[in-house]
Amino acid sequence: MNFIETENVTKQFAGHLALNNVSIAVPSGSIFGLLGPNGAGKTTLIRIINRITAPDSGTVRMGGRTLQPADIFRIGYMPEERGLYKKMKVGEQAIYLSQLKGLNYQTAKTRLKQWFGKFEIEDWWNRKLEELSKGMQQKIQFIITVIHDPELLIFDEPFSGFDPVNADLLKNEILQLKDAGKTIIFSTHNMASVEEICDEIALINTAEVVLAGQVREIRQRNKTNTFSLTVAPQENVNIHNSEIQIIERKDTAFATELRILKPQHISNSAMLAILGQSLEILSFNEEYPTMNEIFIKTVSNK
Amino acid sequence: MNKLSIIIKREYLRRVSKKSFILLTLLMPFLFAATIFFPLMMSRIKSTDTRTVAIIDTTGKYAPLFTDTDTYKFINSPQTLEDYRNAHDKAVFAILSITSDLLNNPNAAALYSEKQIPADLSTLVDNTLRKYVQDEKLATYNIPNIKEIIADSKVHINIQTIKWEADGAENISSTMIAKLVGFAFTLIIYMFIVIYGAMVMNGVQEEKTNRIVEIMVSSVRPFDLMMGKIVGIALVGLTQAFIWATMAGALLVGANLITAPAIDPAAIQQSAAAINQTGIQPAVAIDMQQASETAQFLQTLNTINLTEITVCFILYFIGGYLLFAALFAAIGAAINQPEDSQQFMMPIMLLLLFSLYAGMYSLDNPDGPLAAWCSFIPITSPVVMMMRLPFDVPLWQQIISIVTLYATAIGITWLSAKIYRVGILMYGKKPTVKELIKWIKYK
Repeated sequence: MNFIETENVTKQFAGHLALNNVSIAVPSGSIFGLLGPNGAGKTTLIRIINRITAPDSGTVRMGGRTLQPADIFRIGYMPEERGLYKKMKVGEQAIYLSQLKGLNYQTAKTRLKQWFGKFEIEDWWNRKLEELSKGMQQKIQFIITVIHDPELLIFDEPFSGFDPVNADLLKNEILQLKDAGKTIIFSTHNMASVEEICDEIALINTAEVVLAGQVREIRQRNKTNTFSLTVAPQENVNIHNSEIQIIERKDTAFATELRILKPQHISNSAMLAILGQSLEILSFNEEYPTMNEIFIKTVSNK
Repeated sequence: MNKLSIIIKREYLRRVSKKSFILLTLLMPFLFAATIFFPLMMSRIKSTDTRTVAIIDTTGKYAPLFTDTDTYKFINSPQTLEDYRNAHDKAVFAILSITSDLLNNPNAAALYSEKQIPADLSTLVDNTLRKYVQDEKLATYNIPNIKEIIADSKVHINIQTIKWEADGAENISSTMIAKLVGFAFTLIIYMFIVIYGAMVMNGVQEEKTNRIVEIMVSSVRPFDLMMGKIVGIALVGLTQAFIWATMAGALLVGANLITAPAIDPAAIQQSAAAINQTGIQPAVAIDMQQASETAQFLQTLNTINLTEITVCFILYFIGGYLLFAALFAAIGAAINQPEDSQQFMMPIMLLLLFSLYAGMYSLDNPDGPLAAWCSFIPITSPVVMMMRLPFDVPLWQQIISIVTLYATAIGITWLSAKIYRVGILMYGKKPTVKELIKWIKYK
């Protein structure tokens, strides 16, 4: 079942179309990646889901029914442009924001202390926010986003500004949230993280969804029929079919590594049969394109 | 509701616990008094050096009249005006030239100097000469005892204004004091609206540029956010007003205690009789009179219904503040940088200034049409009505004025909340008035 979906959402700003008939469906308990180049309309879509702005037309549904004002309390949202009170002390600020999210003082304090301990940032509690670095502020922001245990979490560019260690920490937190049954939407440019953690994606380019679906399925759909092949060392590689091409060859002492390209109409087993006639196959692997390649291909084709 | 109180609490505590707030609140009355008294004292300070004034008196009649003062030393000079003009003598500050009998030729006296002639010198010269010439003139009438007759004819009267209470009791009232009280409260309301209104705008601006609203929007309604800020800051203002009122009250009570024992009605009457009899005021009588003046001031101050004024002050403060603060909040939400605020601030500041002036002109005629109308129109009423209140405004007028003010304030708050809701999350170019109207219609 889909936790949240948008149907034909269109948003027109003065002078340009930000979203054109955008429909996405985010299954419950999944991690959904919202991809797209800068200015494609990702943030606008996120803001519409958060009811920060209203669409010109189209609907947003949560759990099958139209999104109600009260539904936003079920969402935890971390915006791309992170904002907190600069002059306020970290702990005081975190408690204040947690209270606004409906926690009472005691619960807020207990939970915050837990999170601060988990991120090993207890000694920041009494420091003013402006004394912290950008990455540190982002950790605080993350804690505040998840503190009230919402069912849907929306992260806009969560990895920007994090060093690799902290980005990894954040990635693990997101995966843990998924294990806890939360639904997660995040927008990103970081394609490696998409392959690692996303179940589904939607690629938005110039206000439209140009690619959507499960990550594995998309990669499969975009396969280029390229295979990597390891065969017993051989001086002359002859393939008895002119349609199968060798695009790369590398020889080592123990094996010859090949990359080959086959046309669509030859099945894998037929190809293996052809190759087997002249070569001793040690391993055989179909290459799927990376999300990065798919992203660049899709966006630049447009 | 609960969230609203959390926001109010934060907005209030954050501001009240600031060191600058505490210091300013405690020092402000003194600073205020200092700004009034300092220039006054400065003007009293005379330059210590004595300046020489040379007198060229061709008649010889007038020069002996001038006696040296602390500031001016008069010398009878044999030189001519031309000599001084050419000599550029720094030792002589000014030259008084009298060329003929002033009784026949009133324009015959002139003061020359290379510097600007101070007003006190020309007054001194004028007074000295005029008194002499006047006496001279009187002498020409040949009436015996003329001086005594004139002195006797200078009767001084002091009009008391007495207001009859409903029970017929008399109360000495003073238009002057009513004006003073009205003006003080008007100024306070005006200042509070401007200062705390601006505080609301800056606070909203801060939250917008901080982008903190995006985080909060998923947990708080923008309306709560706006109202929390407005109410929190209003409480800050009321706290400050309360502290100042307590300080002023303590001062007033203190003054009452000091002057009260000094007033003995019999002594005052006695001294008044003494003044009448002798025509001269003995030193004791002057003291008595001063003491009785202070007492009278306090007495008339007591006749002004302070309870009524205080209640109205709080009502008008809240209503007027709500009206303007909501407008300021909407502006803060609509604009992107503080610099952009000018375009929208101008009309509001003009309205406020207008009400201040309307209030000041109402002072001379507190029951006139300008005052009456302006105390009903919600934008001007908080300022103008405060000015009228010490002059006893009928209750029905007060009720109409307050009800209109609150109805408008609620309406404006509602409109502002709509602009606020859209504006606070809208980044990019500065909105036009047309867009603001569109935002109001935004569902």
